[in-house]
Amino acid sequence: MASNIVMPPLRARASNRVWRVFADHLATTAAVGSTILVMAPLIAIFGYLIYKGATSLNLAFFTQVPKPVGEVGGGMANSILGSGILLAIASLMGVPIGIAGGIYIAEFGRNRRLANMVRFTADVLNGVPSIVMGIAVYTLIVVPQKHFSALAGGVALGIMMIPTITRTTEEMLLMVPLNVREAALGLGVPNWRSVVSITLRTASPGVITGCMLAFARVAGETAPLLFTAFGNQFWSTSVNQPIAALPLQIYVYALSPYDEWHRLAWGGALVLIVLIVVSVALVRYVAGRGVLKGAS
Amino acid sequence: MAGQADVNRRTGDVPAPGADPSPSPVRVFLLNCGSSSLADRAFSGLMLVCALSIFAIVILILVELISGSKLTIQKFGMSFFFGSAWDPVNGNFGALPFIYGTVVSSILSLIIAVPLAVGVAIFLTEMCPDFLRGFLAFFTELLAAIPSVVYGLWAVFVLIPLLRQYVNPFLIKTLGWSGIFAGPNYGIGMLAAGVILSIMILPIISSLTREVISAVPHSQREAVLALGATRWEMIRMGVLRNARIGIVGAVILGLGRALGETMAVTMVIGNRPEIARSLLAPGYSMASVIANEFSEASDALYLSALIEIGLALFIVTVIVNALARVLVWAVTRGAPVRGT
Amino acid sequence: MGVEIEVSDLNAWYGTNHTLQSISLRIPANHATALIGPSGCGKSTFVRCLNRMHETNPIGRVTGTVRVGQVDIYAQSSPVEIRRRIGMVFQRPNPFPTMSIYDNVASGLRLNGYRNRKVLDEVVERSLQQAALWEEVKDELKKKSGASLSGGQQQRLCIARALAVDPEVMLMDEPASALDPVSTAKIEDLIFQLKSQYTIVIVTHNMQQAARVAENTGFFLNGKLVEFDATHKIFTNPTDKRTEDYITGRFG
Repeated sequence: MASNIVMPPLRARASNRVWRVFADHLATTAAVGSTILVMAPLIAIFGYLIYKGATSLNLAFFTQVPKPVGEVGGGMANSILGSGILLAIASLMGVPIGIAGGIYIAEFGRNRRLANMVRFTADVLNGVPSIVMGIAVYTLIVVPQKHFSALAGGVALGIMMIPTITRTTEEMLLMVPLNVREAALGLGVPNWRSVVSITLRTASPGVITGCMLAFARVAGETAPLLFTAFGNQFWSTSVNQPIAALPLQIYVYALSPYDEWHRLAWGGALVLIVLIVVSVALVRYVAGRGVLKGAS
Repeated sequence: MAGQADVNRRTGDVPAPGADPSPSPVRVFLLNCGSSSLADRAFSGLMLVCALSIFAIVILILVELISGSKLTIQKFGMSFFFGSAWDPVNGNFGALPFIYGTVVSSILSLIIAVPLAVGVAIFLTEMCPDFLRGFLAFFTELLAAIPSVVYGLWAVFVLIPLLRQYVNPFLIKTLGWSGIFAGPNYGIGMLAAGVILSIMILPIISSLTREVISAVPHSQREAVLALGATRWEMIRMGVLRNARIGIVGAVILGLGRALGETMAVTMVIGNRPEIARSLLAPGYSMASVIANEFSEASDALYLSALIEIGLALFIVTVIVNALARVLVWAVTRGAPVRGT
Repeated sequence: MGVEIEVSDLNAWYGTNHTLQSISLRIPANHATALIGPSGCGKSTFVRCLNRMHETNPIGRVTGTVRVGQVDIYAQSSPVEIRRRIGMVFQRPNPFPTMSIYDNVASGLRLNGYRNRKVLDEVVERSLQQAALWEEVKDELKKKSGASLSGGQQQRLCIARALAVDPEVMLMDEPASALDPVSTAKIEDLIFQLKSQYTIVIVTHNMQQAARVAENTGFFLNGKLVEFDATHKIFTNPTDKRTEDYITGRFG
């Protein structure tokens, strides 16, 4: 409220006014300065990543497995495939459960307390270090099975997708205006049908891009895979074997002493960055267009 | 069934004058559709179960972590967190070096990142020309989404050499007397971890601060301006004063992210379980020791020690994140906050 | 083909707010009945109680009896079947934004599982003709989205959508208040034609509109039904002084 603002006494003396103007300019300089100080290096980092990555990418990167140490060439095809398999498992688990959870708190959260608790817990879970998920899945799946597996890695990633997708789905569903839902109810459409065929369908661009965002975020995760999927130097498609993953390989290659592997690491990093840029841009585009296609 | 009784009652109606005595096929179809209450209940039940999975995940993690760290909890009790010896060979485990490493690197990252992030947020909301704002906001969102391992990769090949060649010698020369910048100049170490963490948490703190600042109603700004304030005074009194709870929340959220950050830190911190005064010395963080040594843990006690560190990390980040969410919610009134 | 609606001792709440107090009236079949009254008097709430839409609000509660053609609509637990017999048109047009014109009109049937394409085509055409929209959209039924029409057209689309399920009652909650005068006139013409086939209840804050289209009118004030009688009597010789005050513009 304006009443609890304490203004400096407005003395008529010029010196006070000069000081206040100076302070204003100082603050503006500080804000602009910090922005430049922050943005310039970040843009440089981004540019460097793209440059190093672009010079490392070639067709072989996407089609070949790594060559033995010392040989030039090779690629990260097995890691890309491995990431694909892991993400497929994760999505199969995370997308339906996440969307359903989001539907519940948006549409059936009549008991608002439960919906708030789910929302809060999902947000908190999003901030938990992903390595903790890895530990939990390790003791849950890897230990009883006595081996690392793509399944374990996929489950760890899937668990991470659920809170994210729940929240974005809820956000998008709540943007569907009340009168559209009422129109469906007024027609005597069963509640479940109204939620699925009207509300969810209206919000579907947003819900889908929310899933994409969760997908991209989880695609870059390394920590939960360290002791679940574990990594694999060779071509593997088995769900019950350790499997390679792009971020995992980038980690291993970055810390290795071989230049050729460093090159592959930069290339892999660029692939991940492109995935991120596409999803973030898509989310902004869909959010900007609004949930209602063509609505006035 | 109730629907059937309805139809019977309906055909017992006395038709209104001039009315059509035989109902249309559409009407007949709809009357026989029946109540959907079973399908509705099943559907909402299914959705509920999926929503409850969020709680199931939390419980699952807690259960697995606690049962996995039973051995060391029983053997060391609370002294686990105060012991500074990490000796897997002799079965002696103390987590203090990792707690120290996590805390110091996180605080260092906050010291660097918070003033800059708040400055950027203020610039973007109050001073930035429109054409630039969209690009910078998009770019910030991008940076927040870049995977940790990619930051780590850049840190290993660009940041470390930079620190080793230019920054560290300078710091040793000017501030070496304090003991904080002393010792061999490896490049890797606590300072490197703090710097890369600050780069990583800056976009998040900045985005959240922007949202919090934007949530301050315009009437507050106008009230201060109407009293003849300069722009900085308007920001200080009309905006920051109202938003400071939320900004604290944003900072705490950044802290939460820094505490749990794994890959980038592991790649630059040096991985030595020692507590040193110098920021240039190698260190170790809680998440890093788990990342490095988990797959190599040779015996049950070793594994249990690592899992207990994971448990501590989980509890701390949950508390920190919950606190941050409450503070941010208080200012933005529960509107869904995007960007983790 | 319309049915009579009999309301006895209807009470409605929004949370602790006692919005409707002990309403009893009888709405005759195949006639148009207007409900008038100042803002907040409860007439919209009343209409939403007639097809059990009031309870879709988490804090909405209803007691009392509503009989639609001999059926006590609150006697059974599921409101879905009731709403298929009672059509509703809302104040602001609300076509389904992701659907074409055809799909909008057919939605009431399709979403309940009706599949017969030929009958659907006939129903869509008949409903759009009843809503006086057919000529304007017949060439673009499946290409144009429901939301791309003008405001007046959208509302007529919503009327067609409600008519497609062949209801016995049509409830209209201020259907023309968001529209321009030309569209309003078209909608009033529609009501005139429809009332011989359906029982129509129309909420309006426009007294001239009530006088034009309805045979009977009910006056609501502060959650109570003050007077219910033939329209011409309400507007020329009301029994209750409060009605007279409202008609002559003393308040509201």
